[in-house]
Amino acid sequence: MAENREFYWRRLHSLLGVIPVGIFLIQHLVVNHFATRGEQAFNDAAHFMESLPFRIFLELFIIFIPLYFHAIYGVYIAFTAKNNTKRYGTLRNYMFMLQRISGVVTLIFVTWHVWETRIQAALGTEVNFGMMEEILANPWMVAFYILGIVSTTFHFANGLWSFMVSWGITVSARSQKISTYATLGVFIVLTVIGIRAILAFV
Amino acid sequence: MAIATEEKVIKFEIHRQDDENSAPYFEEFEIPYRANMNVISALMEIRRNPFNKKGEKTTPVSWDMGCLEEVCGACSMVINGKPRQSCTALVDQLEQPIRLEPMKTFPVVRDLQVDRSRMFDSLKRVKAWIPIDGTYDLGPGPRMPEKKRQWAYELSKCMTCGVCLEACPNVNSKSDFIGPAPLSQVRLFNAHPTGAMNKNERLEAIMGDGGLSNCGNSQNCVEACPKGIPLTTSIAALNRDTNLQMFRNFFGSDKEV
Repeated sequence: MAENREFYWRRLHSLLGVIPVGIFLIQHLVVNHFATRGEQAFNDAAHFMESLPFRIFLELFIIFIPLYFHAIYGVYIAFTAKNNTKRYGTLRNYMFMLQRISGVVTLIFVTWHVWETRIQAALGTEVNFGMMEEILANPWMVAFYILGIVSTTFHFANGLWSFMVSWGITVSARSQKISTYATLGVFIVLTVIGIRAILAFV
Repeated sequence: MAIATEEKVIKFEIHRQDDENSAPYFEEFEIPYRANMNVISALMEIRRNPFNKKGEKTTPVSWDMGCLEEVCGACSMVINGKPRQSCTALVDQLEQPIRLEPMKTFPVVRDLQVDRSRMFDSLKRVKAWIPIDGTYDLGPGPRMPEKKRQWAYELSKCMTCGVCLEACPNVNSKSDFIGPAPLSQVRLFNAHPTGAMNKNERLEAIMGDGGLSNCGNSQNCVEACPKGIPLTTSIAALNRDTNLQMFRNFFGSDKEV
C-alpha cells in the first residue's frame, strides 16, 4: 500500500461496514424472517431475491467485494490490537475486544454460510426452505448458526456505534453514551429477527 | 507480644532490568514503614540502603522523576498493574506487595526507567506548536474568548506522561499508532486563534500512517489519564475535522484552511 493511505483505508473500512454491508445484513435477516410465515412464503421471497435483474453485479458490488474488503482489513486490525481487559475492565474496553472477536467469528461463519448456500447454488443446488431445513436438522449446525447470527448482529450494532464516532457524528461523551443504548437496541432487535428465522427451520 | 515488637515493613516487588537488551526479573524488597510515604520516597529509601528482601546487596533501582507534584509526567510507571505517576502513588493507599514495573509500551532503559522519545517525536510530527516566527513583528494575534481559554486549559494539562499510550490496546509493537496524547494536542493547537491559521497542516499530519484513524475506541485513555483530559472527545472531534478536511482536499476548493 502506498504511503499515508491508511486513513482512507480505515475510513473506507468503517463506511463499508455500514453501507452497504450493514444494510445488506438487515435486508437479509428481514427476508429470512419470511420463514416464520411458512415454507411457501420463504420460497417466494428467496425466489424474488434470486431473480432480481443484474443479480451477479448486485452480489459482487453490494455484498462480496465490500464484505471481504471489510473482513480481510478487519482481521488485520484485529491482530494489531493487544487486548487489556484485565487491566481496564470497562464496558468500552470489553466492547473493543468483543468487536474483534465477533469480527473473526462472523468471517468464519459467513464464509461457511456462503459456501453452503451461494456456492452450492452456483453449482446447481436450489436454495430453498428445504435446504435450510436439511442443514439445520443437525443440532450442532443450529448452535453454529445461532452463534454466527448473534456474532454478526453484535458486530454490526457495536460497529454502528464506532462508525458514528469515526465519522464524527457522536463527539460528546453524552452522545456516545446514548448511542451505546441505541445500538444495544439495534443488536436486540436484529438478533430476535435473525433467531426467529433460524428457529422457523428447525 | 511478638506482633507489637515486630517492625512494620512495606513490601515491594520491583521489575529489574540492567539495560535495554538484558532479560528482566523481579526483585523483592522490604523497607521500614513510615507514615505518608509515596512510591518515590520508598524508592529513595531503597537507593539509600540497596539490600533486597533476602538481605543481599543489590544495585539501587533506577527510575525517572522530576517535579514530584504530578505535572511533569516523568515518574510514570506501572504500579500494581496500572500505569500512573509514582509521585502521587501513596503507599498507605496501595495493596502490598507493591508491584512496580516500567511502562513497557516504551523501550526500557533500565529498571523502571523508559524512553518516551516517541511521544516527543509525535508532537513534532503533528506540529504541536504555534508558528509565530517571522522577519518582522506580526503584532498581536486574534483574541481568544475567555471561555474558550478555560476549556483549552484542560487540554493543555497534558504532560506527555505516556499513561494513555500504555493503556491503549492499539499502541503496541505490532502497530505504529501515535496514541491519544499527541492527537489531543492537535485539538488544543487548532483551537487557538493563531494556531488555527495552520490547522490543515496538523489535521493532515494526523491523517498520515499510524495517525488518528488507528484509534479503536476502547476509551481506556480517558479512563487512565491522570489529568482527566477528555481524550476520547478530542479524538471524536478530530474525526469530524479530519473527515471534513478529507472531503475538502478531494472535492473542495484551493482554499487551504
